[in-house]
Amino acid sequence: MQHLSYFELVGFGPQGWGLALLTATGMTLAVALCGFLAGSVLGTFVAWAKLSGGLVARSVADGYTTILRGIPDLLVIYLFYFGGSAALGAIASLFGEDGFIGVPAFLTGALAIGIVSGAYQAEVFRGAFQVVSRGEIEAARSVGMHRWLMFRRIIAPQVLRYAIPGLGNTWQLVLKESALISVTGLVELLRQSHIAAGSTRRPFDFYVTAAILYLLITWVSTYLFQRAETHSMRGMRRAS
Amino acid sequence: MDFEFMQDTFLRLLSGVPLTLNLAFTSVAFGAVFAMLLALMRMSGVKVLDWFARAYVFVFRGSPLLVQIFLIYYGLGQFRPTLQEWGLWTFFREPYWCAILALTLNTAAYASEIIRGGLQSVPHQQVEAARACGMSGFLLFRRIVFPIAVRQALPAYGSELILMVKATSLASIITMMEVTGIAAKLISQTFRAVEVFVVAGVIYLILNFTITRIIMAIEWWLSPHLRRPPAVKPALEAVHV
Amino acid sequence: MKLFKAFGLGLLASALAIGGAAAQGKTVKIATEGAYAPWNFTGAGGKLEGFEIDLANDLCARMKVKCEIVAQDWDGIIPALNAKKYDAIMAGMNITDKRLEVIDFSRPYASGLHGFATMKGSAIAKLAGLGQRANLDKDAAGAQTMIDEWKTLLKGKTVGVQGSTVNSAFLEKYLKDVITIREYKTTEQHDLDLAAGRVDAIFAAHSSLKATLDQPEFKNMMITGGGMSGGVLGRGVAVGLRKGETELRGQFDAAIQDAIKDGTIQKLTQKWFTVDMSPQS
Repeated sequence: MQHLSYFELVGFGPQGWGLALLTATGMTLAVALCGFLAGSVLGTFVAWAKLSGGLVARSVADGYTTILRGIPDLLVIYLFYFGGSAALGAIASLFGEDGFIGVPAFLTGALAIGIVSGAYQAEVFRGAFQVVSRGEIEAARSVGMHRWLMFRRIIAPQVLRYAIPGLGNTWQLVLKESALISVTGLVELLRQSHIAAGSTRRPFDFYVTAAILYLLITWVSTYLFQRAETHSMRGMRRAS
Repeated sequence: MDFEFMQDTFLRLLSGVPLTLNLAFTSVAFGAVFAMLLALMRMSGVKVLDWFARAYVFVFRGSPLLVQIFLIYYGLGQFRPTLQEWGLWTFFREPYWCAILALTLNTAAYASEIIRGGLQSVPHQQVEAARACGMSGFLLFRRIVFPIAVRQALPAYGSELILMVKATSLASIITMMEVTGIAAKLISQTFRAVEVFVVAGVIYLILNFTITRIIMAIEWWLSPHLRRPPAVKPALEAVHV
Repeated sequence: MKLFKAFGLGLLASALAIGGAAAQGKTVKIATEGAYAPWNFTGAGGKLEGFEIDLANDLCARMKVKCEIVAQDWDGIIPALNAKKYDAIMAGMNITDKRLEVIDFSRPYASGLHGFATMKGSAIAKLAGLGQRANLDKDAAGAQTMIDEWKTLLKGKTVGVQGSTVNSAFLEKYLKDVITIREYKTTEQHDLDLAAGRVDAIFAAHSSLKATLDQPEFKNMMITGGGMSGGVLGRGVAVGLRKGETELRGQFDAAIQDAIKDGTIQKLTQKWFTVDMSPQS
């Protein structure tokens, strides 16, 4: 085996890992995106529970954010990975299934990210909701809007607008979080770099490549979120 | 649930707590100094310094901590001869120092933004009043700006400390035997992943709860003029992953 | 609350659908590590290769089932088997009593020796017994003598080993008071740290050490001391299976028996290890 140059190593030639790294980058984006969306759904419910739920719902929501804030994300992912199938199997056997539930690594990863990021997004949504003016909600009520209609027409659009900067931050977190999913065997960017580093014994080359790819995604998504923020604020009057 | 096993696990995981705290506090201490420098660079008005600090924060906040740890530990191992020539190898040889370095560089990026926010929040009137009394330069900074900034930045810095305690779990990947490292070893001996990780989670919760309380106490002590203890709820903005 | 329920049921239903689909299409999912050359490793471009990949494909053809091979981190490979992430493990895993407490094994499909490696010129390079072999079961006294001879040179050194392996069990049992043991997640990582000088020696299977020596970056590494087998080092490499899955185990046993008989295993071990490593009966 001859010594390969950096560009042969990460390129697209016969000895190159270029294609594998690109595929893995796609996987990182896919798992981060799915996890982010799952987190949005969960975060909405948790924010709702915190704002207007009863005592039970509020304590569950508080417990959830406290625990998720207090334990390392790596542990959450491990727990989800090893405990997830067992728990699902137990639930399934209640429904008369034979208990074999294999959860694919992708689903585990996306759900784990969803659960972790849900805690962050709940806070973002809660903060954004509190900015929505009381008057508008009262006005909506007075014209006879139902809860759901009011949520869809009045609350959701405004919350989303105020939440964009916070969501941008959470997306960056989710992106970095996805690197931890590598421990469950899902071949995303970090795991592929890890495999390549082990296989070629050239760790520096591959980890630097991984870092550059992550930074590239960060850079592009920061730009996109800024665009979205400007877009959503068009027509808004500014204080200064 | 097997409580005897959980109790045994709990006791064995406790032996990893000193290292976990050691990693977190050492890196936060070094990181604070570095973060201070970065914040001053950002606010210095000198373009080169400002851009350096911006780039630094972007790189370390924009890439996963795990990548940074791998890069420092295994990546730099590739350049051992050069590092030996420079006399740096004794430092990089130890997984402990590699972990400290990675965590320090990482926390400095986040903390510099917290400190900058704290410094910028110092009311202009206070600075003007101090100037009017004849204070300037370092004295002004030491007596007026710094204490106010610290008080402002403390809640955010408290959550940073908690995030660092959580981040130390990644050091287990480079052979450090802190709480998560011991948990992984116990699992390889007992093959009971869920129970061990649940116990490890409980330990982290206790640690972070205690730290939150301590920070709340310090904050109360630092704000005699308010003396209605504010609810410290660490903001959920930044995290190290 | 209705929304909550609908959401929960939807999640459960989708999980059941996925689980159900996996149970129906008779695919046997086999986990390997993908970082343990030449047993199983990841080649250029990220493809799984190695002795166990070839063997798994051969065994599956004999068992007339469709197989899917997945890569899984070593330290979670047994808990994940029991969590039903896959059906079998083929990852250079030795049969040991400790593992038999939680999983089952097929009959062994390979066996080999274990020993130390270090960098040329280091103090440990002169470890006793190079080229000799000792079995902890059949020749306990001889093996103990060899270990005792090692102790003087190893005293105070740091030795790297992959965690939760027969190799780490061996060091824990025989050399714990003499050396500092540092556990790694993969053998590739302790290879890197040996070359980087972070550990003085590593202890691993000779087969995997030899594969490392072939790489240009590791030309200064060498195997030192004699080769060990038996006892805590296990009774041969076999397919790991969940307890109670006797049908699948029977299928694997028959297929391995066939592959030994018609010389397939001998041929494959020759190809990947350059020596015959088919199990001694």
